[in-house]
Amino acid sequence: MTAQVITISSGKGGVGKTTAVANIAVALAMDGAKVVCIDGDIGLRNLDVVMGLENRIVYDLVDVIEGRCKLRQAMIRDKHYNELYLIPAAQTRDKSAVSPSDMTRLCNELRPEVDYVFIDSPAGIERGFRNAIAPADRVLVVTNPEVSAVRDADRVIGILEAEEKRSPALILNRLNPALVKQHDMLSAEDVLDLLGIQLIGIVPEDENVIVGSNRGVPVAQDSKSRAGQAFRNIAKRLKGEEVPFIDLEKQPGLWDRIQKMAGGRKA
Amino acid sequence: MDDLASLVQIKGLRDGLLVSLTDAPWEEQRAALLEQIDGQQAFFQGARLALDVGAQILKVNEMVELRDRLSERSVALWAVVSESPTTEQTAQLLGLATRISKPRPEEERRFEVQDLGEGTALFVNKTLRSGARVEFAGHVVVLGDVNPGAEIIAEGNVVIWGRLRGAVHAGSKGDKSAVVCALDLLPIRLQVAEEAVNLSDRKESGQPEMAFIQNERVIIEAWKPG
Repeated sequence: MTAQVITISSGKGGVGKTTAVANIAVALAMDGAKVVCIDGDIGLRNLDVVMGLENRIVYDLVDVIEGRCKLRQAMIRDKHYNELYLIPAAQTRDKSAVSPSDMTRLCNELRPEVDYVFIDSPAGIERGFRNAIAPADRVLVVTNPEVSAVRDADRVIGILEAEEKRSPALILNRLNPALVKQHDMLSAEDVLDLLGIQLIGIVPEDENVIVGSNRGVPVAQDSKSRAGQAFRNIAKRLKGEEVPFIDLEKQPGLWDRIQKMAGGRKA
Repeated sequence: MDDLASLVQIKGLRDGLLVSLTDAPWEEQRAALLEQIDGQQAFFQGARLALDVGAQILKVNEMVELRDRLSERSVALWAVVSESPTTEQTAQLLGLATRISKPRPEEERRFEVQDLGEGTALFVNKTLRSGARVEFAGHVVVLGDVNPGAEIIAEGNVVIWGRLRGAVHAGSKGDKSAVVCALDLLPIRLQVAEEAVNLSDRKESGQPEMAFIQNERVIIEAWKPG
């Protein structure tokens, strides 16, 4: 196995990076892939809470990097999926405890063992973000249909372009079709027009996501949830499958255009 | 300190400091470099360092050790340039850059031009995203969009073959004849010479437009090239 290392980033905080990591990882694990999630937000960890693994933490990322434990010992196995693991962030340290080359080394050690490595990037464009993108083969940029979130996503995309990383793909999270219709929210088209990168998923606003995060049960496990469906579709697209976008709004012209921007075959 | 100075050469680059080593033994040069940094802490604090090791072959542990010593001094090692492929590979293994010619566009880009003739223009063949800043002593032509949060400052004209959503200052040294043209002109801030306009209430006009000064005010008209 040679894992793909995928970093989820956004620039702005609170747009749903951690939720996206947990859900996409769960969706891939449900399909039988072997997945490791790394919480890159040292000092403000929360991926463990969203995945419901908080009380199982013994060792963390910084312990591995500083050689206090073996990589295996810091990998916490998920409660439901045997092939899903979390490497939690240290809560009592800060970003400077890890360097970009540490992350690259760690991921290279994981590559032969698993199918996917997900890195949950902290908000911002400083050290923690640099750590998270250093080993990435692919970056998914999460944004919300809000001007400030889109502005920060644009900045992150600019930095990734400067680093000559492969062009990132976009996850548009918390889209509320009713608000878009009333012109109170940016539409998917507005966001794509500005950012001009490939779209890999649109996740509708769904209160089950919050409930799931609080319970430590990612919504991707819920077959009835619309957001869960969106995350499962993102997982499929990561594997290279072509999945049509969920029709959130009954505006045929718009959706054709999104399909086209997302690199779909149909014009 | 003559010895030290001849052992390690330090010069400034656009995106950090370049340290060039000589053929002297690694241990001596390493010590010389660290000593120099310790001697000028204020200067090196927070610096990004690229290391040109010439023909020297560095082992992984040597590179790691240096990186850690530097990071203890708040200096980041970001690149190792070498004539030896082995050392280059070692550097790449550690996630370090091995080429330093590439400018880092997210930082400020400044271009100096001696003589501002009519033909002096900077051609930017990409979308300028939030955080990008282009400053040029001449005209600027962008083939792409200028997104909100991006900034262009030109002593001459600014022509954007795309959407203008960021901030633009044309005629930045006071040239009142400078113009700003865009296929879709909706900047967050627009200034020609000393005259600034607020266009926040503007709606898309659906046609290319040009902004210029007339009677001490910036006005915007449909852009008909030629």
